Amino acid sequence: MNPTPDTVFSAPPPRRGPAAWLGQAVLYALFAATIGVFSTWPPYRHLADDAALIKLSFSHPGKIIGECRQRSAEELAKIPAHLRAAQDCPRERSPVAVRIVLDGADLYADSLAPRGMSRDGAAVVYQRFPVKAGRHTLGVDINDDVNVKGPMYHRDAELTLEPGRVVLIDFIADKGGIVIR
Amino acid sequence: MAASAFAGGSAPPDRRVFLGISDAADALFDRAFGAAGNPLRQLGALGFLLFWIVIASGAYLYVFFDTSVHGAFTSVDRLTKEQWFAGGVMRSVHRYASDAFAVIVMLHLLREWVKGRYTGFRWFSWITGVPLLWLMFAAGLGGYWLVWDRLAQFTAIASAEWLDWLPLFGDALTRNFVAPEAVNDRFFSLLVFMHIGIPLFLLLFLFVHIHRISRPVTWPAKPAALGMAAVLLVLAVVQPVASQGAADLAKVPLRLALDWFYLGPLVFAYGVSAGTLWSVLFAATALLAALPWLAPRPGKNAILAPAEMDLANCNGCGRCVDDCPYAAVIMVPRHDGRSGTRQAQVLPDLCAACGICAGSCPSATPFRSEARLASGIDLPQLPVDALRRSLAAGLAAWPRPGGSGLVIFGCDQGVPASSIADADTIVLSLPCLAMLPPSFIDFALRRGAAGVVLAGCREGDCAFRFGDALVLERIAGRREPHLRRTLNRSHVATLWAGRPDFHRLTGNIEAFRASLRAIPGARVSNTMPESSSHESDP
Repeated sequence: MNPTPDTVFSAPPPRRGPAAWLGQAVLYALFAATIGVFSTWPPYRHLADDAALIKLSFSHPGKIIGECRQRSAEELAKIPAHLRAAQDCPRERSPVAVRIVLDGADLYADSLAPRGMSRDGAAVVYQRFPVKAGRHTLGVDINDDVNVKGPMYHRDAELTLEPGRVVLIDFIADKGGIVIR
Repeated sequence: MAASAFAGGSAPPDRRVFLGISDAADALFDRAFGAAGNPLRQLGALGFLLFWIVIASGAYLYVFFDTSVHGAFTSVDRLTKEQWFAGGVMRSVHRYASDAFAVIVMLHLLREWVKGRYTGFRWFSWITGVPLLWLMFAAGLGGYWLVWDRLAQFTAIASAEWLDWLPLFGDALTRNFVAPEAVNDRFFSLLVFMHIGIPLFLLLFLFVHIHRISRPVTWPAKPAALGMAAVLLVLAVVQPVASQGAADLAKVPLRLALDWFYLGPLVFAYGVSAGTLWSVLFAATALLAALPWLAPRPGKNAILAPAEMDLANCNGCGRCVDDCPYAAVIMVPRHDGRSGTRQAQVLPDLCAACGICAGSCPSATPFRSEARLASGIDLPQLPVDALRRSLAAGLAAWPRPGGSGLVIFGCDQGVPASSIADADTIVLSLPCLAMLPPSFIDFALRRGAAGVVLAGCREGDCAFRFGDALVLERIAGRREPHLRRTLNRSHVATLWAGRPDFHRLTGNIEAFRASLRAIPGARVSNTMPESSSHESDP
């Protein structure tokens, strides 16, 4: 315990024999198993095995609400010279109404407000709809002008979806509006 | 007897159960690894080690990584398969070290909370650790995007959907992943930039996190470092990480082998909602950040005031600065006009009131003739003068003239002083054993004590970081102030025992008594501390 008479007494360190080494191995193995197992297990089932996914995603500015107005000479006189635009045009845009019908039943219907403090930005949407794989009929209506009643854009599609297939409903004005791909 | 001013404390009631579990885990690991090698006492340092392993392995992977839509998957997959012995192992080590980092960091957080090391002066270290959790999570998520396999596809879309819940992005972030043509090569350059940038922020915060402690331990003991490296290598060989098929945005992955350490929250968001996940995370973050101020306040008597400097007794030696574990003492030009020397200055907000500075002060020697022992730096509520008075009174009151018992200097974090006191033993418990100036040992022996026991907390588990190491260095003469070199050290014992180690401590004290009896001419009583009222060792 004390090697020489003039040495500070200290408790002998606990003897660490094979059991201690085995203990180390077990504790390290437990740590490794925790890391190894939960880095891959249990497997995650994101969607059912027979599911497909319909996504609605677009960013589209609705029509501007209201008409431009000709400014009077008095009004123009009150505006600094470099800001004197002849017309006063409103900035607010129309909300974009969307309706999706799947196999004759409503899947989604909403009116998407334009973004921005002045409501002058695009209407943005992202929605995901898990559906069963197989044959479906899809109809999409979009109206981007609140002053017009009824859908301004319409598209139908016959879909045959294998499990895991993603169908995207997009709106690209340059391509005629609704795009289903 | 146990002197009242130095009678020691007890475990705080709010965490007593958790402390019991923590002590039991420590005891188990101590048996396997030894006290000095116990990984549970090196969680912070192990976190640093894992961070550097992640950085080093990531740097290797980056050399081969192609920052393009098609190149991202193929370059990683090719590296994994064609260079399995190096690139494959590196990839696996990179992943598993990241997972281990998350586990170790959470254990570190839990342990510091259980030990109560988050309140008072420690608030800064605690609160700067909170952003680290977010950065760690963000860095981990970004890594999964880069591989651009089916798991990356799920991770990218799930985390984009989660982020889109916040009104931060003008367009939906998720629109970047709605179709194969939506993802471009520049996007991967941005991802790489973020996957390097976020860990750099993490490193910055790590250094802020340890800013208020002196001599931070950022590297674990060699056995623990080697053990952790072995764990990662074995995992890399036994269960190598592989890609889960190239990402295809026209298809949704139905089943995935998920890394639950980083991706679990995204699954939670699908189970409830993105808003719920944000709410839970924000609430948890706020709770963690507020914890130092929500903790139960100790009673008025339990709060120790910060150390105070006495300029008249400070010679500017700077030993208190060297020994302070929290950088709470600095040297400044003297205020009394004496040129050529400096004086210590206590930063009260950083002071732990551990008393280590008092133990380091060369003027804190009990042999000084003044009626009131005043030292250069001291704890106002537990001054070394009171320690000398308690010790002197105890020695004078010993039933046998000349003394034959032991003086035990204990630690408030160790076995409670009251449980080891008896009629022939003087027990003085200190906030930290390193508060004891070594000359007090000499003082006790010269005044008739047969032996002096320095009973600290469990070895390597000092609540004030390295009090045990300071004591040993002072006794061994390797650190100032040191124990008188000519003092016969066979009358001195250093024993380390945590709260549950009562029987081990008393057994060792009895063994020390036996060793003293073997010294010719020694007067040692046969008294043993009573153990009936104390809980058992595990």
